[in-house]
Amino acid sequence: MGEFKVHRVRFFNYVPSGIRCVAYNNQSNRLAVSRTDGTVEIYNLSANYFQEKFFPGHESRATEALCWAKGQRLFSAGLNGEIIEYDLQALDIKYSMDAFGGPIWSMAASPSGSQLLVGCEDGSVKLFQINPDKIQFERNFDRQKSRILSLSWHPSGTHIAAGSIDYISVFDIKSGSAVHKMLVDRQYMGVSKRKCIIWGVAFLSDGTVISVDSAGKVQFWDSATGTLVKTHLVANADVQSIAVSDQEDSFVVGTAEGTVFHFQLVSVTSNSSEKQWVRTKPFQHHTHDVRTVAHSPTALISGGTDTHLVIRPLMEKVEVKNYDAALRKITFPHRRLISCSKKRQLLLFQFSHHLDLWRLGSTVATGKHGDTLPLSKDADHLLQLKTKVSKMPACLRSAVQIMFSEDSTKLFVASNQGSLHILRLLEGSFKHLHTFQAQSGTVESMCLLAVSPDGNWLAASGTSAGVHVYSVKRLKLHCTVPAYNFPVTALAIAPKTNNLVIAHSDQQIFEYSIPDKQYTEWSRAIQKQGFHHHWLQRDTPITHIGFHPKRPAHILLHDAYMFCIIDKSLPLPNDKTLLYNPLPPTNESDVIRRRTAHAFKISKKYKPLLFMDLLDEGTLVAVERPLDDIIAQLPPPIKKKKFGT
Amino acid sequence: MAALEEEFTLSAVPLGAGPDGLLGVEQCDKTDQFLITDGGRTVILYKVSDQKPLGSWSVKQGQVITCPAVCNFQTGEYIVVHDSKVLRLWTNEDVNLDKVFKATLSAEVYRIHSIPGTEPLVLFKEGAVRGLEALLAEPQQKIETVISDEEVIKWTKFFMVFRHPALIFITEKHGNYFAYVQKFNSSVLSKYTLLLGQEENFVIQSFTASLDRKFISLLSLSSDGCIYETLIPIHPSDPEKNQQPRVVRSLLLKTVVSGNARNALSVLDQDHVAVLGPPLPASKECLSIWNTKFQTLQVSKELPQGTSGQLWYYGEHLFMLHGKILTVIPYKCEMSSLAGALGKLKHGQDSGTQTMPHFVNWETSQGYGLESKNSEPSKRILRRRTIEPSVQPEVPASQQLLSIIKKDSEKHIEIELRKFLATKRTPDFHTVIGDIAIGLLERCKTEPSFYPRNSLMQLIQMHVLSYSLCPGLMEVALEKTDIQMLQLCLQQFPDIPEAVTCACLKMFLSIGDDNLQEIDVNMESVSDYSDAVQDEKMEEQMGILQNGFNPEEDNCDNCDKELSKKPQKTVEETTSCPVIPKRAALLNAVLHSAYSESFLLPHLKDIPAQHITLFLQYLYFLYLKCNENATMTLPGIHPPTLNQIMDWICLLLDANFTVLVMIPEAKSLLLSLYKFVKSQICICSELNKIEVSFRELKKLNQEKNNRELYSIEVLELF
Repeated sequence: MGEFKVHRVRFFNYVPSGIRCVAYNNQSNRLAVSRTDGTVEIYNLSANYFQEKFFPGHESRATEALCWAKGQRLFSAGLNGEIIEYDLQALDIKYSMDAFGGPIWSMAASPSGSQLLVGCEDGSVKLFQINPDKIQFERNFDRQKSRILSLSWHPSGTHIAAGSIDYISVFDIKSGSAVHKMLVDRQYMGVSKRKCIIWGVAFLSDGTVISVDSAGKVQFWDSATGTLVKTHLVANADVQSIAVSDQEDSFVVGTAEGTVFHFQLVSVTSNSSEKQWVRTKPFQHHTHDVRTVAHSPTALISGGTDTHLVIRPLMEKVEVKNYDAALRKITFPHRRLISCSKKRQLLLFQFSHHLDLWRLGSTVATGKHGDTLPLSKDADHLLQLKTKVSKMPACLRSAVQIMFSEDSTKLFVASNQGSLHILRLLEGSFKHLHTFQAQSGTVESMCLLAVSPDGNWLAASGTSAGVHVYSVKRLKLHCTVPAYNFPVTALAIAPKTNNLVIAHSDQQIFEYSIPDKQYTEWSRAIQKQGFHHHWLQRDTPITHIGFHPKRPAHILLHDAYMFCIIDKSLPLPNDKTLLYNPLPPTNESDVIRRRTAHAFKISKKYKPLLFMDLLDEGTLVAVERPLDDIIAQLPPPIKKKKFGT
Repeated sequence: MAALEEEFTLSAVPLGAGPDGLLGVEQCDKTDQFLITDGGRTVILYKVSDQKPLGSWSVKQGQVITCPAVCNFQTGEYIVVHDSKVLRLWTNEDVNLDKVFKATLSAEVYRIHSIPGTEPLVLFKEGAVRGLEALLAEPQQKIETVISDEEVIKWTKFFMVFRHPALIFITEKHGNYFAYVQKFNSSVLSKYTLLLGQEENFVIQSFTASLDRKFISLLSLSSDGCIYETLIPIHPSDPEKNQQPRVVRSLLLKTVVSGNARNALSVLDQDHVAVLGPPLPASKECLSIWNTKFQTLQVSKELPQGTSGQLWYYGEHLFMLHGKILTVIPYKCEMSSLAGALGKLKHGQDSGTQTMPHFVNWETSQGYGLESKNSEPSKRILRRRTIEPSVQPEVPASQQLLSIIKKDSEKHIEIELRKFLATKRTPDFHTVIGDIAIGLLERCKTEPSFYPRNSLMQLIQMHVLSYSLCPGLMEVALEKTDIQMLQLCLQQFPDIPEAVTCACLKMFLSIGDDNLQEIDVNMESVSDYSDAVQDEKMEEQMGILQNGFNPEEDNCDNCDKELSKKPQKTVEETTSCPVIPKRAALLNAVLHSAYSESFLLPHLKDIPAQHITLFLQYLYFLYLKCNENATMTLPGIHPPTLNQIMDWICLLLDANFTVLVMIPEAKSLLLSLYKFVKSQICICSELNKIEVSFRELKKLNQEKNNRELYSIEVLELF
């Protein structure tokens, strides 16, 4: 395959924000995740846990609560006191509405999905009606003394439980008055703490209220009598989150020590009808606070300050023991944050509120495999660009994705209304050339763009419909690649051949010839044979596709844990061949080497890999972000005494 | 459409297959189980769906199995012949072939045939045939000679023709082939001579036969690579007359394999045959399925590692030796359509689609008037059948068995139990087994003379019993000093109380060597510890020990000196195992058993001092053995681990510290143990230091690689 000089870059100082809320939608099998910087991400659990949608955050919009309502509508509320609804098609905020109760700490949608409750700093619980276009304030419940930190509806929709500081209130929805007030013991292992914060409540259909609090307790209350039924002390620190399964036979809590406990309703003795909540499994997948948990029918989902989203399938619920039953830990975004100027050897890093531009260093030395070469010039940080709102033309105000043509004369902009704009760049100004309108009936934003190196073709893909290819010369839609079940994770158009390479979240790769308007022979061949099972079992999506400037048969792809150069001229691997051979072939004859060689040349040397591309025929650039560097920038976790330390 | 499915191998146990491959693969009375007889001394019973052996039996060194083992479908026994004349009958429960039923015959056996629904038949090399039961009734009976002097039996097959058994065998004499058909309902032997006609110079490599209404369709694979079909009538039109019966030989398939290799053939069904052999002279061997009706190749599978030129077909499985490994290829044939059948023919020869009938002279001779005396409806009543009780289907089998246990004889119980265990397992199988065991034990308690050892052993070997399911079992075994059963219990039960473990240990240590020699003990965990070569090794080891640390730095100069003073003595002391191998195996079983320290300690105190010393000696010996190799393990299949040995040494010392200090015999042992441990500690401290240095080195290396924010590296993709 050949030898490459690799620029190994670790100075991309990217730190993902901590996860604040997760909300699972059973209907669409999607997971909404909000982070402390206000970012909201939507993961499609059916599509190999792909992060298919993304709403950038803003420092003024710290979300404290996130919920799905009325099927597919997503709401968030935060400390700025506003309730926000997201437009999942246009990838934009639909509207925001002030609840006039100070910072909002909690929010819950009614079981029917038609009403929304928020709990505010001033101790008020406010009920909103969800209308098709907006939400409408309906009324306030009896005001409490202190902030409402958690809310939960009774499945029948007649009562709610609200967790506050030191007590839990049960409200009647009709009258809006508190039926019961259940005081929580402040004592913690004999020591009286200042306050006991009810971080989470869950209301079960049999009238039981489960609360989790800052004293490390999980408590069961009888809402009819307002009495404490049972206490589990699960942690020395706060228990910060709770989520109950739809069947109400299991629930999950997350603690500030990073532990997630699974509770299950099990029979006291075998074949007796009497059941009891038992703490069954502890999971320690987090190092920091588990701020939020969710319970899907088959998995426990947790997230917290350590920025990982952890999806832990419940083995007893998994029917087929396949690769989906494996633990998933999602740390990095499923999109590209880095772009690269090949000619000028520049790297542009995208942060949430600024951009960094770096110039790569150089070396004159040569070496053999594994050597680190002495640098003749180190990498330079050239500039940092902060966001600045200035006057922008209307079409550019809500861009989802932008892209320059290879010769830097044109700018392609995907707006949030599903349309694509072409702008000509002039010295210091620009001119609007054309707008490709969205296909009739769709308003889905195009979140991936690819432009051919000769500037003639533009490919754009949304999250569900197929990939559209536009002719830039003739300014019209050229063709549409047939829609595929799984979302597109990366797109690129090869130089010279104008083949469009598409990577999907189920790890399938298609090559589509734009001039011929059909899949290429190679693509058909690999679809016919099928990908190697190890290739299909990878759990991070392909986020970038590149091409070799000299060898048209080579395609470079990478995900977070490997990069691969596909040589289309070599035979495809079948399931019996070794897909990834980490060791260089030693003392094997040329014949054997040639016979065992296959199209997929994989290296796992660089990980976690955020970006990789070919600068020229012998040079690669790899941007790594070691997890240790991220952890070093997180606040220290709760110190736990370990034996022998 | 015929299809070969993914092949699988039957365990990687290297079969002792000689250059001639296996002796045979035979069906068993249970579905999915097959008896494999290798070319040497071993018979293995395989469960094919599980791909694992259920049992294995070998004849003694010096004896050779001469005919494949078969299963008697009427009794479930297995039959094998070794050294041509010695017949062995055994069952699943028998362990040693030497101790099973034996019959020495007066003539050499060619093969034993057994198919469901009839008694097995023994075919002698001289062509005579006997029923097994008749033969067993009088093993030394005279066996007549049927075939002529230089005639050799080449191939044989046993059929059921309209519920009557029929045997066909092919003989060869100077390149001429003869077919004999022996029918047992009419006791007629018909002989046909096969003249090869033009193809005379071709040797017939393989035969197979199937029943086709009134004919036996005999297929033969010649060395010209073609398959010929011969129809042999089952009922000779008029056997009394001396006319030659007309038989037709026709070319069925042309050049399916290249000749000159070891090819094999097997009929799969009416229209399909499986052929094993290289399709072209230079190519690898292939297993091909041909449709004889359409003359098409249905499917073929390459076997690159070569085969032994043998092929067996039972039910849905094709068996062959691929390389050295017995391979099973499941074969399926669905309804074939013409299009499907025609699909895969590779060399489209036009003439090939037409069968070219060859009329061959089959010279028939009037059947040798074989005075048949074999198939009288079995006079001797089957041994297992005699004792079959009247079964009342209403009562569950386990209840029935329990009532039998209460009154019947040991032998009878054993047989009934075997039958019961052979039936399908129910979900509550383990509790039923527990009940049966308890039933047996209860009777043991009331009737002192009653001790159904075999039945109990059988129950333990079902792998479902535990101590708590049959609490009295080990106590009874202890009472009866049944060492073998105790060993089995220690190996099988996960929950033996420490008191009982300790009682076993006590017994194992106290029983005399002479008594032990007579007992059959599972020696799996003991390997040959006492090699003469070990002496040398030990010395080397000692040398290394002394070099392993620096005496100046360490404070164990004394022990070092002492060690160097008389290493020779230690060597002598330790190289020979202090106990005989059988006792070692028993002690290993104790070492393997689970225990809780605090419960075990009080019981250990009760063991007499000299036994403690002996056990400690043995543990010390194992400990030294462990230290001979770098992985700190003992050789053997299931040896005690170093941790188990260390734990037991500590336990013994803890429990009997004062006793050991007091008695003079233990003094030298304790001293050498102490020295050895001390020298080990010296090494460990040295290792500790080295480990720290290496860790630092590793850290440095990693830091160099990982700490840089930017570097340019060279990467070669292969």
